[in-house]
Amino acid sequence: MKTLKTLLIASLAAFSLAVQADAILIRGATVHTMGEGGTLENTDVFISGGKIQRIGKDLPIPQDDVYVFDAEGKPLTPGFFAGITSLGITEVSAVEESSDGSLALSEMRPEFDIVPAYNPNSSLIPVARIEGFSFTLLGAGAKGSIFGGQGRLVALNGGYQSFIGSSVLFINVGRDASSLSGGSRAGQWMLLHQAMQEADNPPASNDARLLTRNGRNTLSAYAENGMKTVFNVDRASDILEVLRFAESYGLSPVISGGAEAWMVAKQLAVAKVPVLLNPLSNLPGNFDSLGSRLDNAAILEAAGVTIVISGAGSHNARKQRQMAGNAVSYGLPHEAGIAALTSNPAQIFGFTDDQGIIKRNKPANVVLWSGDPLEVTSVAERVIINGELIPMESRQTKLRDRYLPENPDMPRAYIKP
Amino acid sequence: MRLNFLLVLLPMLMVLSSGDVQAEVYPSTYSPLPSETTLITHATILTGTGERLDDASLLMSNGKITFVGEGEVPTGVKTIDAGGRWVTPGLIDVHSHLGVYASPGVKAHSDGNEMTNPTTPNVWAEHSVWPQDPGFARALAGGITTLQTLPGSGNLIGGRGVTLKNVYSNSYQGMKFPDAPYGLKMACGENPKRVYGDRKQLPSTRMGNMAAYRAQWISAQRYIDDWVTYEKKVADGKNDAKVPKRDLKMETLAGVLNGEILVHMHCYRADEMMTILDMADEFGYKVTAFHHGVEAYKIADKLAENNVCGALWADWWGFKMEAYDGIQENIAIVDRPQGSCAIVHSDSAEGIQRLNQEAAKAMTRGNLAGMDISPERAIGWITSNAAKSLGIEDQTGSLEAGKMADVVIWSGNPFSVYAKAGQVFIDGALVYDRDNPDLQPVSDFELGQLQGVSK
Repeated sequence: MKTLKTLLIASLAAFSLAVQADAILIRGATVHTMGEGGTLENTDVFISGGKIQRIGKDLPIPQDDVYVFDAEGKPLTPGFFAGITSLGITEVSAVEESSDGSLALSEMRPEFDIVPAYNPNSSLIPVARIEGFSFTLLGAGAKGSIFGGQGRLVALNGGYQSFIGSSVLFINVGRDASSLSGGSRAGQWMLLHQAMQEADNPPASNDARLLTRNGRNTLSAYAENGMKTVFNVDRASDILEVLRFAESYGLSPVISGGAEAWMVAKQLAVAKVPVLLNPLSNLPGNFDSLGSRLDNAAILEAAGVTIVISGAGSHNARKQRQMAGNAVSYGLPHEAGIAALTSNPAQIFGFTDDQGIIKRNKPANVVLWSGDPLEVTSVAERVIINGELIPMESRQTKLRDRYLPENPDMPRAYIKP
Repeated sequence: MRLNFLLVLLPMLMVLSSGDVQAEVYPSTYSPLPSETTLITHATILTGTGERLDDASLLMSNGKITFVGEGEVPTGVKTIDAGGRWVTPGLIDVHSHLGVYASPGVKAHSDGNEMTNPTTPNVWAEHSVWPQDPGFARALAGGITTLQTLPGSGNLIGGRGVTLKNVYSNSYQGMKFPDAPYGLKMACGENPKRVYGDRKQLPSTRMGNMAAYRAQWISAQRYIDDWVTYEKKVADGKNDAKVPKRDLKMETLAGVLNGEILVHMHCYRADEMMTILDMADEFGYKVTAFHHGVEAYKIADKLAENNVCGALWADWWGFKMEAYDGIQENIAIVDRPQGSCAIVHSDSAEGIQRLNQEAAKAMTRGNLAGMDISPERAIGWITSNAAKSLGIEDQTGSLEAGKMADVVIWSGNPFSVYAKAGQVFIDGALVYDRDNPDLQPVSDFELGQLQGVSK
């Protein structure tokens, strides 16, 4: 019972602080700014009005009603990136009516946009947020098309319209030769070229066409506006084909998956194309990923490729930290591991300092960790979203607190933490 | 009463069913790889029995552990100065599909789910195991020395699992853990009712699941009775004794009722696990472990009371309705009662490589929730408790004199994301050495791939 009480008090305290204090002063943190400031030892961060107001040593308390806490030298980082997910898009993966991440129309619909399906009240979002995750890239998929559709960066702050940056287009190439490509990856390229050419030069009304008018407009926008196109692709030769394709149509590509990206690291670096990867991928899961290896991230980073950690999925997005930790264990510099969860995705997909950086006059989305944020035995101790300490509660913590007490007199349905 | 009867009967059945006295079928041909007497000194040892020994030694000789602790150590043998590094028992994964869902995961390698009938106790996972799965080598680099490969969960009764030593061989028989009992994979809940319900056949509901299991146990009881009757007639010298027809399905189920085959049951929801425990009482068998058990924390006391292990994930949840109530404290809460048996399992070719990290996460969450779980206790979740659920705890899963010398030397505290298995010994043989590429096995499949690519 003592345990339960402690937990309840701790979470209540965090909640009341969020309500009461106008401002927060964090004393003595190791601040990973992920910006020009680098990492600052024993540094204070003052937050008010939802923003980082000051970063420095021994900051004065500038006003009344400031909640001050001592970080005791622990790491303070920007909120982490959850990867490409369906957070707010799916509740239970296998329950179809609760999962909106994939379009099952068997035609090419690049205009499909996942954003209107976003539900910030999903139980998954607090689960991710109390583990230090403050933003994600909503992914879009399609069951019958090479074009997955469009997604967008979103801040996990509970807002209905907390989208950041431009839309992002998803294209799948490689082994998953879709029904629309005739079963060959060469067919995929044939169709992708045709689609881009339709966008550029609409066919006569009687001609067979792949795209709707909206689809053509969508592709044109990506070709003209520098919006990011994420290619899900693993094999080295396919990655090089993506680079050629993107260049010929003026697309701004990002590689996702990239099991064999290390084999073409130089070309990716020259083309300045970032790679989203899962550092735990080290098995030849298929014939496109024979080159999978644990130091993929380290090799790419050393070659000058910007990398981002992705692939933990929606429900267990919190595993992203462990994934980054494993990449560091296999040669990625530690600070690069944190950048791959913060500034890199924010810059690539959001062109923004609203996430991924601790910077003066920018929104305060920061996390204080119990220890090394990439270590499996560390946890997020305090999470600040838009300048407020959030209650460290989720449906999971409530289930925990319902079942922690031993031998209650009444059914647990009466325990409502 | 029935149980006692069966204990007598079944060894007889093994003889009768084949007509003649017959040795074990598909027998293990495993024999330990060459080893030399090896002494590890100055090690931080987690024994797997709940103890931590600092600056201690471990001696391996003739494939066995011959000494663990402090004190006089022999000279003149191969000695590894661990320099404070951590030493644990070889890790054991009780829920793997390595070999039956081998990499690459092409359709031709999809050999884990015989989904042509909801009850297939007649299939044996070992007959699907491809010993060239590259996943075995990856698991070895993660310190896995023993694993149970199970059929999938598409069927109510999926078939026999097999316990393997994690060594490469041309045959699964060359990996088969000598004399380990067979496991029987069973599955609750959504998977079987979805697979068969979609085909408009039984089971399409959870009550259909139960009806189908119970029908099978009733058949198994009758099968046993038929053999008993036959035996009695033979013993009484009656001429009308007719040999019952041998039935592979019933042989496996009779093995469960006899207590020779251990039930490993995929089951997520607390209420379903309780129903299954009642069914086990109804038919007089025992559930050895519930696997996945995302809601096991809700009935942790009942699992301990019934001496049932919970083989669980640290944090996976939400992929289907019965996995919706997952919490990160699941393993720790299951571990809490007296007499508990918490296990961290993988069910994943990725997860099996990092069971130590999964255990570290579960330990951390337990401690944050006010429990006091030390590394020396948590290591049992991936060693001794796992061995117990496979029925091999007398042979491996802990570092004690007389046990198989299945040992891992870690680069650091294994409860860290940065720790790596440095050296892995199986039966005293050094079968993996991170510092020596010659001692890092490569499967046939991977040999010679990506020619010309400089690594």
